[in-house]
Amino acid sequence: MVTSAINPQHEAAQHKAWVAAASVLDPEVPAVTVADLGILRSVEIDQKGQAIAKVTPTYSGCPAVLSIELAIEAALLDAGFEAKIERVISPAWTTDWITEEGREKLRAYGIAPPIDGTNSKMALFGETIVACPQCGSEETQKISEFGSTACKAQYQCKSCAEPFDYFKCI
Amino acid sequence: MEAGSALFKNLVRLGDDHLILGHRLSEWCGHAPMLEEDLAMPNIALDLIGQARALYAYAGEIEGNGRCEDQIAYLRLERDYSNLLMCERPNGDFAHTMLRQLFFAAFMEAFWKNATSSDDEMIAGIAGKAVKETRYHIRHAGEWVIRLGDGTQESAERIGAALEQLTPYVPELFESDEITKINAESNILPNPASLKDPFLGTLRPIFIEAFLELPDINAGQSGGRQGRHTEDMGHLLAELQYMQRAYPGMTW
Repeated sequence: MVTSAINPQHEAAQHKAWVAAASVLDPEVPAVTVADLGILRSVEIDQKGQAIAKVTPTYSGCPAVLSIELAIEAALLDAGFEAKIERVISPAWTTDWITEEGREKLRAYGIAPPIDGTNSKMALFGETIVACPQCGSEETQKISEFGSTACKAQYQCKSCAEPFDYFKCI
Repeated sequence: MEAGSALFKNLVRLGDDHLILGHRLSEWCGHAPMLEEDLAMPNIALDLIGQARALYAYAGEIEGNGRCEDQIAYLRLERDYSNLLMCERPNGDFAHTMLRQLFFAAFMEAFWKNATSSDDEMIAGIAGKAVKETRYHIRHAGEWVIRLGDGTQESAERIGAALEQLTPYVPELFESDEITKINAESNILPNPASLKDPFLGTLRPIFIEAFLELPDINAGQSGGRQGRHTEDMGHLLAELQYMQRAYPGMTW
């Protein structure tokens, strides 16, 4: 970032590359972008003008990792950059990195965004209060700890009876 | 033994544990007692296979012969796999599968937690992700062990039988040798023998509620780390390696 202060052109290119990469939608939850989810960690332009995007997987076994990386690479190529994707695993991705905007988009899409404090191994049978993304009721129940993708659990609303996905905390 | 070689072998052991147990769990897909478990077990399997990928990929890098994760995962003979015997044992019934998962997860949670402060940055990174996933596995398997132990007469009998069958394979989790010693001394990977207390600490409250006795963790069946497997391993590999044997060198 030091270079950007002395080189406005570099800064503009970096911004353009970020905007391009950040517009990529998550393939499993196409309501949010990879930037909303915090999967896209950074995009930097190196001295040769190549865009280096750092990407982190959500879960170790997330099958969408490769498709996300390819989509970001394609978006950067489309924006006129030579692109390189670097997979970073440390620090480990956490749901805390999902932006406020991302959380709102998830809710609007029908997925309850993550709530803190459910990741204790000692909390056996612990029920987290998850508000229904449809009607907002807190009268909901967990149906299944594991859902349609590695990052989600299944809940059902007792007020409006609608089943929904909960993006679980990790 | 040279440090690089010890690290490679230790990573392959861990990768094998995760791949083989992940494969066993995936066998439940479509056969679970209820839909929720049909989602849960393959989900856990996916976590384990994802962790195996990271371990194998790093092992290949350390080895330096250009082997990728798939080559290590699929192109070896039975005696070259060094997974724990527990991981290759057939699934048995649902109680057996859940108790095995609890044993493995309780051990790995302690292992990964310790490995997050490894001097090896890559290992610390893999551990940082895996420890969070493993906590979900403990929760899931632990809740089932309690439900079964504190459920009906039949469920209690089944979890009791599972404990009897699995007990001989528990001590192998803590087996230490020259390989683990070298990696523990250089603060690369934890010494399995040092994880008995946290392992029992995780199990104790669950076992109390499930009316189960904690197993003896000091003497049991051994051999997996040296590639001496049970008869079931060959059958498992026949399925796991089918594509590579039918179409050698195939890629996606």
